[in-house]
Amino acid sequence: MASGLAGMSTAREDDVLEAAARWRHEGRGVALATVVETWGSAPRPVGSHLVIDEAGSFLGSVSGGCVEGAVVAEAAEVIADGAPRLLEFGVADATAWQVGLSCGGRIAVYVEKLN
Amino acid sequence: MDLAVLEELNAERAARRAVVVVTELGSGRQRLVKAADIAADPLAEQLAEALRTAKSGLLTLGNERLFLAVEVPPPRLVITGAVHIAQALAPMARLAGLDVAIVDPRTAFATPERFPDVEVHAEWPDVVLPRLSIDAYTALAALTHDPKIDDPALIEALARGCFYIGALGSRRTHATRLDRLAEKGVPREALARIHAPIGLDIGAASPAEIAVSIIAEIVGELRRRPAADKRASGQAA
Repeated sequence: MASGLAGMSTAREDDVLEAAARWRHEGRGVALATVVETWGSAPRPVGSHLVIDEAGSFLGSVSGGCVEGAVVAEAAEVIADGAPRLLEFGVADATAWQVGLSCGGRIAVYVEKLN
Repeated sequence: MDLAVLEELNAERAARRAVVVVTELGSGRQRLVKAADIAADPLAEQLAEALRTAKSGLLTLGNERLFLAVEVPPPRLVITGAVHIAQALAPMARLAGLDVAIVDPRTAFATPERFPDVEVHAEWPDVVLPRLSIDAYTALAALTHDPKIDDPALIEALARGCFYIGALGSRRTHATRLDRLAEKGVPREALARIHAPIGLDIGAASPAEIAVSIIAEIVGELRRRPAADKRASGQAA
């Protein structure tokens, strides 16, 4: 049944997961990033997804734009060696000065390869 | 994640069935547990709680850290009555993130011209609602004032455990409706779940203002989750 929502511009979580499966079927190397923990005022809730392909294309969001660049870079490694990684971003973290969460929160992101 | 697990997850989502994906963060091992299979799972208690709150999160078991990814269907609003209030309520509900479907057998009302980009069913609720498989992630707003249309929808919504059920009409109209539904065998305690008069009491006058009061009441039921307990045990809200 048509949902009538096809014209909405916001990528819904199910679109992200469906894109992940579709991309894999197209033969692309694909990684799935998921927010697994948040502290303070994190921009995206636990369970939010970002799907990344080997070329660095991505869909979805784990932080509303703050750390997507860093997650995409790590995802390339995950796609290459197949080992999942748990990444943390936050103001107390040195890397945060580079990739910065402007809101002052912290997030943990699990990145896994889609096999 | 294995592609097979992801495809199973997507299939369950498409069928509007809740699932939990359990990931061992250390080993990367993963399994998908369907809502119907939770009782038989070693983590039955934790998974049931995760599903009840609809919140994903970490779980520590000894030395193992697990991530429970809870995937529940997106909330949906089914409206009976392709009426003026529905014309305001449908776009508001969509902005608030709900999928919307409108049911009204009166073909003069249920037209695409009156409801651009909305799923409209010009059929009787008892025909179309079983097909829509309304569920605990569905809200029902009965807006027709016509018992022939609203009553079957209300009965179905109560039977399916919709997270919100509201009906338009004055207190007197609603008292008559309760008598009618009770005569049809709906238990009185179930009837207490119906919000009527529909919408928060903000003195709404115009159709758009009434729509605001309804969407606010729906969001309240959706986000203030204690209602989930009551739904599960079939009590009155």
